[in-house]
Amino acid sequence: MATRLPPVDVVIVGSGWTGGIAAKELAPTGLKVVMLERGKFQDTSPDFLAPQSHDALKYSRRLELAQDLSKETITFRNDMSQTALPMRQYGFFIPGSGLGGSGAHWSGLTWRWGEWEHRMLSGTVEKYGKSMVPEDMNLQDWPISYKDIEPYYDRFEKVCGVSGKAGNLRGRIQKGGNPFEAPRSSEYPLPPMTPSQSMLMFEAATKRLGYNPFPIPASNCSDNYVNPDGIALGQCHYCGHCTNYGCEANAKASPHFTMMPLARANKDFELRTNAMVLKVNLDSTGKRATGVTYADARGREFEQPADLVILGAFVTGNVQLMLHSGIGTPYDPKTNSGVVGRNYAYQSLGGARVEIDRDTYMNPFMGSGALGTWIDDFASDNFDFAKAGFIGGAGISAGQNSGDPLTYHPTSPGKPRWGAGWKKAMAETYQHTMGVGFQGAVMSYRQNYLDLDPTYRDAWGRPLLRLTFDWQENEQKVMAATFARCQQIAGEISGKRPAVASPGRAMAGRRFSSVPYQTSHNTGGAVFGNDPRTSAVNKYCQSWDVPNVFVLGASALPQNAARNPTGPVGALAFWAADAIVNKYLKRPGRLV
Amino acid sequence: MSERTTTDRRTLLKLAGLGVGAAAVPGAVVAQQTDPVPQPGAAPVPAPPSPPSGHDMSAHAAPAPTGVAPPAGYIFLDSDEASFIEAFVDTLIPADEFSAKGTDLGVAAFIDRQLYSGWGRGNNMYMQGPFREGTPEQGYQLALSPADIVRVGIADVNAWVRKAHEDNSFDTIEDAVRVDVVTQLEAGKIELKEVPTSVFFNMLFQLTMDGFFSDPVYGGNRGKASWKLLGYPGVGEMYSDKIAEWRNKPFRVEEPLSIQDMS
Ligand SMILES: Cc1cc2nc3c(=O)[nH]c(=O)nc-3n(C[C@H](O)[C@H](O)[C@H](O)COP(=O)(O)OP(=O)(O)OC[C@H]3O[C@@H](n4cnc5c(N)ncnc54)[C@H](O)[C@@H]3O)c2cc1C
Ligand code: SF4
Repeated sequence: MATRLPPVDVVIVGSGWTGGIAAKELAPTGLKVVMLERGKFQDTSPDFLAPQSHDALKYSRRLELAQDLSKETITFRNDMSQTALPMRQYGFFIPGSGLGGSGAHWSGLTWRWGEWEHRMLSGTVEKYGKSMVPEDMNLQDWPISYKDIEPYYDRFEKVCGVSGKAGNLRGRIQKGGNPFEAPRSSEYPLPPMTPSQSMLMFEAATKRLGYNPFPIPASNCSDNYVNPDGIALGQCHYCGHCTNYGCEANAKASPHFTMMPLARANKDFELRTNAMVLKVNLDSTGKRATGVTYADARGREFEQPADLVILGAFVTGNVQLMLHSGIGTPYDPKTNSGVVGRNYAYQSLGGARVEIDRDTYMNPFMGSGALGTWIDDFASDNFDFAKAGFIGGAGISAGQNSGDPLTYHPTSPGKPRWGAGWKKAMAETYQHTMGVGFQGAVMSYRQNYLDLDPTYRDAWGRPLLRLTFDWQENEQKVMAATFARCQQIAGEISGKRPAVASPGRAMAGRRFSSVPYQTSHNTGGAVFGNDPRTSAVNKYCQSWDVPNVFVLGASALPQNAARNPTGPVGALAFWAADAIVNKYLKRPGRLV
Repeated sequence: MSERTTTDRRTLLKLAGLGVGAAAVPGAVVAQQTDPVPQPGAAPVPAPPSPPSGHDMSAHAAPAPTGVAPPAGYIFLDSDEASFIEAFVDTLIPADEFSAKGTDLGVAAFIDRQLYSGWGRGNNMYMQGPFREGTPEQGYQLALSPADIVRVGIADVNAWVRKAHEDNSFDTIEDAVRVDVVTQLEAGKIELKEVPTSVFFNMLFQLTMDGFFSDPVYGGNRGKASWKLLGYPGVGEMYSDKIAEWRNKPFRVEEPLSIQDMS
């Protein structure tokens, strides 16, 4: 039996970017706010201090900052005819746990999505007609425009100290930035990061080919910085232990230090870590949440009554909690009806490796999570869909993240992987290789969705979330065309052809595999929209069915773009928090 | 020395305190990478190695190992398993002009300690049944923890070797024959009784690599041998003032820094 606790005004589930932003914005209202985070408490000091924080075995291989799969995971199958099986070890994505969530150990690529990426359906139909959209594609627009969200993108970038170069300032194209960018109201808060040799080579090659390279907008600060909330961020060390690691310099923006101290400064805010939320409790009508039930580290269960529940439990956690609690109608792929679990999408990741002359040196260990140069010429709707035969495209980039030998010790193709001759081959290659990679947009389809698994359960006896997903024809075409483009660029860089495919990545002609890590950029499952028949939450991320529940995160995105999602995720969290503080709290009830 | 007898092996074991190998993520073929900026070059290319020609692992003038000696004695592995692991890591990491052999670098000790860790016991894997065979896209579905994979797989391989090579075990066959066996394991040409060959090979391959490359604080990579080989400066460097200055010039340090050096 759960112990019933004294009621509070607001419960926030999860302490990642979305929960963190909601906490920071709601804590000063004077309401009693409780945040429940399943993982441990952690802070830059002592948890992320070097040298221990540069332990590649612990963080990069054993994934110390990730969710404990022995307690909860997902099940996966490629299509409905298969039996889904559990992801027993870390695979294609790595859900974070602990204070700051995935935001504590992300890489920091911080994008605004392109204008088309906010209105994929109308943007496509206007230009190419309805026939461009396959019948099984559940393509839909954001319920708000880029213009609506622009000030919130701006806010998130300033919080994070994003380092970059504007490509489009209030409609004027800027040299050195991304010419395809949607208009920005202001420059990035910090100048771009210092490029590596590989980035300069990529830049030169893509320019020769007539493309438009620019520095990736990075939440790895190029200089010391104080954000508008007075939080100090340090200059990035290019330490090469970034993705999957906490940052010792507070150079990589994370909610654990940009949001949590500000929230915790309010006396009515309380953070409870090691608090695993099991369910959102509804009243007898099923239309109102009464609070949540959670388990503490010892396994004791508590009921925490609250007037308002905000879910920030990542895509998988949000959708699992909604389905398990009965918030909204579960999606049924047979009839393409229902909304919770609908429009799950992912991203494709692939590329080519480049062999470099022996007199060119990369120093691969000087890098950061978001250090890279990118082209958008084949992403968003910056190219001709009709000619290409697909929609969505991919961003193409080269960068330098980590040269830690545990995860980076390439040898040239055809050379031994072990034994005689292997060490020589490695020593010859370590300084002289780079990659050209792509990140492909993935559309949403009728047959790709999330629901509850009929067989497998988590440590608390709840059904696991089940993912049914495969690449569809459009995405296969994106992968094939973009891989060829990567090969072209790789050939231009090295003067050699053909370039070799990077192993273990998405490859056209194969089914989606849950095995190799690809990206943690899952989207959908509780998408936002203007029509309750095709969206689980309204434009303020408020549940249509249970209006005192707000659901934040990439679960709201109706399809995935050719770039990382946290820019929109952060902006949307600020947008929703604004609506909660300035609209909902004044008149609790449905905002739309 | 091209062949070791059983007695030799036992003697060796008594004399040298050698470590055992650490297991990799079951079924993982490529290094677990989470890249942010797609950086395809970062994943090791699983191209089949050209079979190394037979070589005498003790013949090379290897640099003498420096740094803390590998711990003597095993925790997880029994003596037969230890002999297997030692022979395995020395086959993958032979002594040559670039480094001492795997056992001398502590790689066997590393593997032993990893297998006995929470990770080795599968503590953060989802281990609830039912266990069913899935598609390749569904990934690892066996009820075996990393430690189980290694233990059961060693018995499987030794059973195969006993049949194919007149009562020898993996560690007593000639070096060149052992190279051949490992090559066949890697190519999936030997069928094992319990553990799928690729699961066993990938696990032990990854553990051996991890023991060679990870911070010496875990007992492998003695003297930072692999870091020196590649010219990796270690875990203490800060490059904000170096990334531009050293662009296109090899940045090297005399002595890479490890966690131990800095603690
Ligand atoms: C290795 C890695 C690299 C990434 N790199 C990038 C990048 O470069 N650019 C980019 O745009 N995005 C990147 N991402 C994605 C980015 O981290 C996420 O988009 C972002 O953190 C999402 O924020 P969130 O608040 O929705 O979820 P999270 O940050 O994941 O936070 C969710 C929190 O909720 C907690 N939680 C979950 N369920 C429960 C429950 N039932 N009870 C209590 N607490 C719960 C979790 O423990 C976690 O702390 C990366 C992700 C990973 C893992
Ligand atoms: S590379 Fe930079 S941002 Fe990333 S962890 Fe190191 S210092 Fe922090």
